[in-house]
Amino acid sequence: MAGAELTLGHYLAVSAALFTIGVFGIFVNRKNIIVILMSIELILLSVNLNLVAFSVFNGTIMGQVFAMLVLTVAAAEAAVGLAILVVYFRNRGEIAVEDVNVLHG
Amino acid sequence: MNFLADITTALPETILLVFGLVGLLLGAIGGDRISGLLRVLAAAALAAAAVTAFVQFGRGESVPAFASAVAPDGLYKATLFTLFAKGVTYVLAAFALFMSGGALKSSQMERYEYPLLITFGSFGAGMMLSANDLMTLYVGIETLSLSSYVLAAFRRDSLKSAEAGLKYFVLGALASGLLLYGSALVYGFSGGTSYAAIAAAPSSVGLVFGLVFLICGLSFKASAAPFHIWTPDVYEGAPAPVVAFFSTAPKIAAVGVLAHVMFNAFGTHTASWKMIIAIISALSMLVGAFGALMQNSIKRILAYSSISNVGFALIAIASGVEKGAAAVLVYMTLYVIATLGMFGGVLALRRAGKPIDQVSDLNGLVKSKPGMALGLLILIFSVAGIPPAAGFWGKLQVFTAGIEDGMLWLVLVGALASVVSLGYYLRLVWAMFVKPAKEPLDKTDISVAATVAITTILVFPVLTITIQILLDAAARAAGG
Repeated sequence: MAGAELTLGHYLAVSAALFTIGVFGIFVNRKNIIVILMSIELILLSVNLNLVAFSVFNGTIMGQVFAMLVLTVAAAEAAVGLAILVVYFRNRGEIAVEDVNVLHG
Repeated sequence: MNFLADITTALPETILLVFGLVGLLLGAIGGDRISGLLRVLAAAALAAAAVTAFVQFGRGESVPAFASAVAPDGLYKATLFTLFAKGVTYVLAAFALFMSGGALKSSQMERYEYPLLITFGSFGAGMMLSANDLMTLYVGIETLSLSSYVLAAFRRDSLKSAEAGLKYFVLGALASGLLLYGSALVYGFSGGTSYAAIAAAPSSVGLVFGLVFLICGLSFKASAAPFHIWTPDVYEGAPAPVVAFFSTAPKIAAVGVLAHVMFNAFGTHTASWKMIIAIISALSMLVGAFGALMQNSIKRILAYSSISNVGFALIAIASGVEKGAAAVLVYMTLYVIATLGMFGGVLALRRAGKPIDQVSDLNGLVKSKPGMALGLLILIFSVAGIPPAAGFWGKLQVFTAGIEDGMLWLVLVGALASVVSLGYYLRLVWAMFVKPAKEPLDKTDISVAATVAITTILVFPVLTITIQILLDAAARAAGG
């Protein structure tokens, strides 16, 4: 550990802040879908921080194993997300969030 | 500890995984020409996986697998509950694939990836059901979800399909984030990721916090209100055969996994989640029932119908493991069988090569296709829970579980939702039987006609009479 004064609470607070920024990034952002993809990555990374912090403070290895899995799945998710985005762009010609409105009730 | 023994325990998933990988290779060599062959093989692999799961269920095997020094409880455990749910999931996926041939051909979607994505999606569904650890749960859910996102956007040349895929992806990724954040908190405050470790941990604020996030993520996958927003849009935009798949196999898997996680991992923390599940259940039933009343698109009606029916299944989950576990299985099994025939059948109807989508497209169906109209009538009755169709037994089980648990208010909400949802089910019947006919529909595919016929005979009269067999099997599954 870097310093004795850093407690689990600090890590959890940073992670919760990152998570909140990520969620708000998805809902508040009205401009670009790429920003949404970035927000999703931010959420996953905040979870990783959480997992690794818990792993260190609990003294169990599972959190770090979990974090590795999350990293792998995040890469796959980004690949699928970008692929779908490309398909969408080819059909629509733009990727502004406001224009994702063909389907509605 | 023995790899071969682990593989044998996970045989249903192993079959799917091996077929999926071999199929990818074949597809890479043979290209889209062999998509028809791959579709048949994938349906066969799914059927084989289902048979294996049911054989394991019959033997009563319930052993953990893939245990190691860091995960002594095993990452994978096929309990009787999950074996039952898995078997039904695979059967439904096989049927959804079987009946999709004509629809794929008519909308130029005959590509070899299609059967493989369904295989991998079903593999993920089986994995998340068999999870005995939050890590396996997460990876299983993601395997199913990533396949589903691609399937929703499978018609690459259609803007609607691409938008459905995009919406599904963004909201699905958010739900995965919620689920993961919840998993991390649960891990942190219980000290382990295995279900047994979570069940053994004392209740704490952090654990309940994590549990709430976990429920949000899982409810999204099951499309329960208030996490249902994606469902109507995705169902409307996605290609018809994909919707037939989405509304059956992953649906029972998602509800099953929610039940499994609540009953096993959080079985000792019942007081923390009972009310949350009950509220989600009431909201889903009401949103599903009222939301569909104003819709004209059959796919959107299907979406709201599935939201509402997930709500009914959640009544059983909220009533707890002793009373609810069997009812969840009975209800979802009967529901997905009837839905496969009903919406799968309706969505496979085409006029001049184009799939139909409006309720008015069904006008006068009884004149042009009397057999199909009669089958759909029985299936609609089953989905709505009207006796003598078998769906009635499912609803009875769920309501009984709710009343036995003393949640009369929830059952009353359910009864109200049932009556309201009759409104749109009967609208479909009215269009088919009373309204004057439009231009004729195309010839029905033999596979679709066969699926409608099989599901119709199953819900009435076969399962109406032999319901006791299903009830006994579900009770056995709930006990193990």
